[in-house]
Amino acid sequence: MFIPMAVAIAEARIGKRGERFYSGRVPQLLERGFIAFKSSTWMIVLSGFVEPVLYLLSFGYGIGKLLPTIDIGGQNIQYAAFIAPALLATSAMNGAIYDSTMNVFFKLNHDRVYHGMLATSMGPLDVALGEIGWALLRGFSYACAFMGVVAPLGLIQSVWGLLAIPAAVLIAFGFASVGMAITSYLTSFQQLEVINVFLLPMFLFSGSFYPLSVFPQWLQFVANLLPLTHAINLVRGLCLGNLSFSLLGHALYFVVMIICGLFFTTKRLNALFMK
Amino acid sequence: MSELLISARGLTKKFGDFVAVNGIDFDVQKGESFGLLGPNGAGKSTTMRIIGATSQRDSGTITILGKDPEKNGPQIRAHLGVVPQQDSLDMHLTVVENLYIYGRYFGLPRKFVKGKIEELLSFAQLEEKRDAKVETLSGGMKRRLTIARALVSEPEILMLDEPTTGLDPQARHILWDRLFRLKEQGVTLVITTHFMDEAEQLCDRLIVMDKGNIMAEGSPASLIKDYSTKEVLEVRFGSDRNQEVANKLRSMCERTEELPDRILMYSDDGEALLEQIYSAELHPKTSLVRRSSLEDVFLRLTGRTLIE
Repeated sequence: MFIPMAVAIAEARIGKRGERFYSGRVPQLLERGFIAFKSSTWMIVLSGFVEPVLYLLSFGYGIGKLLPTIDIGGQNIQYAAFIAPALLATSAMNGAIYDSTMNVFFKLNHDRVYHGMLATSMGPLDVALGEIGWALLRGFSYACAFMGVVAPLGLIQSVWGLLAIPAAVLIAFGFASVGMAITSYLTSFQQLEVINVFLLPMFLFSGSFYPLSVFPQWLQFVANLLPLTHAINLVRGLCLGNLSFSLLGHALYFVVMIICGLFFTTKRLNALFMK
Repeated sequence: MSELLISARGLTKKFGDFVAVNGIDFDVQKGESFGLLGPNGAGKSTTMRIIGATSQRDSGTITILGKDPEKNGPQIRAHLGVVPQQDSLDMHLTVVENLYIYGRYFGLPRKFVKGKIEELLSFAQLEEKRDAKVETLSGGMKRRLTIARALVSEPEILMLDEPTTGLDPQARHILWDRLFRLKEQGVTLVITTHFMDEAEQLCDRLIVMDKGNIMAEGSPASLIKDYSTKEVLEVRFGSDRNQEVANKLRSMCERTEELPDRILMYSDDGEALLEQIYSAELHPKTSLVRRSSLEDVFLRLTGRTLIE
């Protein structure tokens, strides 16, 4: 009997773990990302890279000129070196959020791209991982590009700073997973705006521009709950070479975000498309 | 010996208290063109989604190529080509890119998919639009592309949910022609529609659905033969007189249906019936003799028209 190739491919996966949700098609979804990327709006792509550089120039070298060096764990560093890791973490977050909220929302509710994808032999976890994977690639490239700017400027104090790039990917992964999970539950464009309302204060109060110690105790407590605070502390610790176990704690925060985000995204996509 | 591709028994799907599909039985044979005819909300799309393994039944059994969608969703979807009611094309990609990436979603090798693209473009009559962005295509072109896309994995069953809804008459005819070609090639088609002309054109056999139930089953011709007369006479007396005349007309033929704007009279000889009306000194404002259609079958079965 003739068996179509698509069927043979699907049957080869019978008995694999989670086969009803996952078919190993993440590379194909990334391929889609690359094809779509070729014709994407380059201004938007570039802005993700330019934005932190502009912040660095205006705050780091503008306001930084007026400031004395900052004492972090016994190291005296210039202001630009203080904010550079924070800007790296923030750009990883922004890239991941853009891909996992705005882009996902339109594919889900407007273009119905996921409806098409899930009529094939793929599963919801393929779609979730593929979309998040694409957000990671973007986060990774922004992190590399930003490193390419700040390292020659002498703003990275330690060779451990190289680990800031994988850290940025971890951060992007966390934000993308949670971003996609939240977006998959949203039904209107207005709700999407709420995410942005949350992002700006988080950027301002996560210790990007000054140490959290300037805040009153209660605000420090709140800031320490925010994911961006953990992202910034992680990247800053690596860039300054201030290694401690607390860095593992920050990384763990993102591992939890990734697991929860993936769980709810898959659950929701399954409820939407496989009900 | 024909081969059974889809077999459903007591298939039921509920959404809360609402019973969308109410214990239906049907079979689809290999190579046939099987239709689900019914108005909006009859349960057609839900049935399609259960077959397509993107919706799980609440009770009953269904096998698609011998597989249970509850257990083998991905494998069943690999057998099917799905053309949904609402377009789900990738708007950020070109025509060719849409075909290519969809093949890749099935895990098919690049070379295989690239080899299929020319054939699919020519089938969909989209060669000249190959590098066009999907958003620039007309509705008919989008639908043809969706069908071509569904064929990229060489499916054994092509599932079409309201394939021509929203298309202009010319685009519909082009699409019917394409689907007819597929049928000639032996592709099994499962089609939902609420257009009786579409069902008559495309379906070898169909089930008439209403409110989640199957009202009748058979070929278009046999359904018309079983549930209607050969011809129908449509007469209009004007909305104020229709009611008054209806009582007199009822005794003249097998059956009448009184619609808001006209009265349908069922008879095997419409012209003779019309003469009879004139000789009874009843003068309709307009009259039309036509052959019976599936619309009449549906009206007979449910007392309602297909498009409301």
